Amino acid sequence: MKFLPALTDCLRQSLERSRNFLSDGLNAVWSLGGVVDEALLEELEELLISADLGADVAREFLELVREEARHGRVSTPEDLRSTLGRFLEEALAGAVAPLALDQRPSVILVLGVNGGGKTTTCGKLAAALKGDGKSVLLAAADTFRAAAIDQLEAWGKRVGVEVIHQAPGSDPAAVVFDAAKAAVARGVDVLIVDTAGRLHTKSNLMEELAKLKRVVGRQLPGAPHESLMVLDATTGQNGLAQAKTFHAGVGLTGLILTKLDGTAKGGIVVRIHRELGLPIKLVGTGERVEDLQPFDPKVFVGGLLPE
Amino acid sequence: MFDTLTQRLTAIFDRLRGYGRLTEENIQEALREVRVALLEADVNFRVVKAFIERVRARAVGQDVLQSLTPGQQIVKVVHDELMELLGGSGHRLAMAPHPPTVIMLMGLQGSGKTTSAAKLARHFQRQGQHPLLAAADVYRPAAVEQLKTLGGQLQIPVVGSAGQKPLEICQEALRTAADRGLSPVIVDTAGRLHIDEPMLEELRTLKREVRPHHVLLVADAMTGQDAVTMAERFNSAVGTDAVIMTKLDGDARGGAALSIRQVTGRPIAFVGVGEKPDAFEPFHPDRMASRILGMGDVVSLVEKAQASVDQAKAEELAKKIREESFTLEDFAQQLRQLRSMGPLGELLEMVPFFKGAKGIPAELRGEESELRRYEAIIGSMTPRERLEPQIINGSRRTRIARGSGTSVQDVNRLLKQYAQLKKMMRGLKQLEGRAGTLKGLPFQIPRR
Repeated sequence: MKFLPALTDCLRQSLERSRNFLSDGLNAVWSLGGVVDEALLEELEELLISADLGADVAREFLELVREEARHGRVSTPEDLRSTLGRFLEEALAGAVAPLALDQRPSVILVLGVNGGGKTTTCGKLAAALKGDGKSVLLAAADTFRAAAIDQLEAWGKRVGVEVIHQAPGSDPAAVVFDAAKAAVARGVDVLIVDTAGRLHTKSNLMEELAKLKRVVGRQLPGAPHESLMVLDATTGQNGLAQAKTFHAGVGLTGLILTKLDGTAKGGIVVRIHRELGLPIKLVGTGERVEDLQPFDPKVFVGGLLPE
Repeated sequence: MFDTLTQRLTAIFDRLRGYGRLTEENIQEALREVRVALLEADVNFRVVKAFIERVRARAVGQDVLQSLTPGQQIVKVVHDELMELLGGSGHRLAMAPHPPTVIMLMGLQGSGKTTSAAKLARHFQRQGQHPLLAAADVYRPAAVEQLKTLGGQLQIPVVGSAGQKPLEICQEALRTAADRGLSPVIVDTAGRLHIDEPMLEELRTLKREVRPHHVLLVADAMTGQDAVTMAERFNSAVGTDAVIMTKLDGDARGGAALSIRQVTGRPIAFVGVGEKPDAFEPFHPDRMASRILGMGDVVSLVEKAQASVDQAKAEELAKKIREESFTLEDFAQQLRQLRSMGPLGELLEMVPFFKGAKGIPAELRGEESELRRYEAIIGSMTPRERLEPQIINGSRRTRIARGSGTSVQDVNRLLKQYAQLKKMMRGLKQLEGRAGTLKGLPFQIPRR
C-alpha cells in the first residue's frame, strides 16, 4: 500500500514505550542466571502473557526455547531475543495484506465492538485515502449511538469528505443503500461505511450487520470488498472471541488494530492471526488524522523487542 | 467455546477417583488449570501468581483432601478467595453533606465514559434525586452532543458546549446545580491515555478546582493485561475512589476487574451491562468471581427476575405449576414478564444449565421480536383454545396464524415450546420436592 509511507517514525515512537518493556524484561530474565531453567522459562512466559499473547502462544514459545536450548543454540540474551523475534515474525507471516481498492467504488465496511475506535478510524482512513488521490465517501451507518452521526460528520468536515447520513435511529441498511447509490452516481473510488459498535454476543445485532453486507452486495456485486474489524490494542483474550464471532457472522477480510500509542502491546492479534489467518491491515497510533499506518510485522515485533 | 473451569477440574479429579486421597501433586495440577483459566480471563499475571500461592496454601489444608468432591472444593476455595479480593459488594457513593455532590468520570478513550455518565445519572434519578450532567469532553467530535442526546432522552439537564473549556463547563455546572437545587453533578471528561501527561494535568486541575467527592475510573471489561498499568497510572496521577466496569454484557470474563481492584485497592462500584440507560447495576463480587471462573451467574439471574416479577403473580404461577394447570394464558403472561426483564437470551445465558454442551435451544434464543410474535399468536386464540390447546387442529392453526400475522409454522413452534415448557415444569415440581427451593428459574417459586 502506498497511501502512507510505511514504517514512519510515528509508529516507531508509539512503539517505543512497548519496546522498553520487553527489552528490560529480557535482560532481567537473563540476569537470573544465564541458563535455560524452569525459573527462566516461567519469567519468559510471563513476559509474553503480559503482552496479551495468551497462555497458549506463550507455552508454544517455551517449547521452542526448550528445543533450541537442548541443541545448545540459546546461550546469550541475544539468542533469546532473536529466537523470540523469529517466533513472532513466523507467527505473523501472512499477516500483511493491502486494502482491496481495485473496484470502483470499493466498499470498506468498518465494524467491531463498542468503543474500539471505529468512527475515528473511518475519519483517518478517509483522510489517508484522499491524501493518496482517491475520491472518498463516508456512510454514517451507526444510527444507534447518540451523536455518532455528528461525530462522523465532524470528521467529514475536518478531512473534506462528504458523509451520507439519515436521521438518528433510522435503518442502517437504508443508509448503506443510499450511500452505495451515491457512491456509484458520484463515481467515487472508495466508500467507507461506519457501523454501530456491537458486542459480538448480541445475535440480533450480528444479524443486522449481515444484512448491511447483503444490502451493499446487492447494490454493488462483490461489495463490501473489505470487512474490517476494529480491535482496541488494550483488548485481552476476549479479542479472539470477538474476531471469531464477527468472522463467522459476516466474514472478515482483516483487522484494524487501534490505540497502539498506549502501553498495551496488542499481542492478541498474534493469536487471532494464527487461529483465523486474518491479516492486520491497519494500525492506529493516535488521535491525529495522520495516525493510521499500514501494519508491518517487523515494526510490530521490533517494537516488542530490544534494539 | 471453551470448557468451564469447573468442568476441567472435575475431569482432573475424576481421573483420580478411587485413589482415596489427593496428593500435593494433584493440587498442583488443578492449580495449573486455575492459573490458565485466570490468565485466559485476562487477570494480570502478577495478580495470578500471588493468587495461586494463596489458594495453594489454603487448598493443601484438610478440607480439600477430605472432601468427597475435591474438584468442586477447589473451585469453592478459588471462588471464595476471588470474592475476598474483589472486595465488598454494593459500594455506595456517599452523598455530600452539602449538595451538590460531584462525581467525576475518567478513563481511556472508548471505555464507555459518556454512556456510563448517562447511566449513572439515570441511577440517581431512579432513586429520586435530581442529577445534572456536565459534558466536559470538548475534544472528541460530537461528544458533547452525545451526552446532550442521552440527557434529553432521560430528561436530565446537561451543561456544556464544545466551544468552552472543561473547567468552565464544570464551574457552570456547579452554579446551575446550586441555583436549581440539582445533585449529584456528574462530570464526563474526555478519554485520554494514562501516559498523556498534559491530559492528566487537565484532570488534576479539574479535580483541584471542582473538588469532586468521587473520582470514578471507567474501565472496559474486555481489557487485557494492560489494565494494571492503566489503572495504576490513573490512580497515581489523579487518584481513584471507585471503579465502573463497562461492557459486561459481552462474553469477556472480566479478569481486569480483579487486576484493577488489586492495583488500586479501590472498590468496583458499578457495572455496565448493556446499551440501554437502565443496564447498569451495583457490583457483586460473588457474581464477578463466578464469571471469571466461568460459572453460571445464577444469583444475578434470580435477583434480576425478582426485581421485575410481581410476587403475587409468581405465587399464582407456582400454584399452577404444582397443579399442572399452566395454560397458554399463563404462558403469554410469562412472556410479558420476560420481556420486561430484558432480552431473553441475555437472561438465559446466566443459567449454568444452558452453558453446557447443548447451549441455549435455538427456539429460546429469539429476542424480543420473537416474544412479541408469540404474544400475538396467543392473542389470536379463543379463550377456550388458550385453556385447552389440544383442541387446536389444522384449521384453527391456519386461522390463528392469519389472525396474528404469522405462519402456521410459527403457531406450531409456539405450541411445541409450550408443551416443552409444561414438561419442564413437571420436572421442576419434582425438583422442588427434593431440594426445597428452586434456583435458576426466571421466577421464584414460593413455598406453600
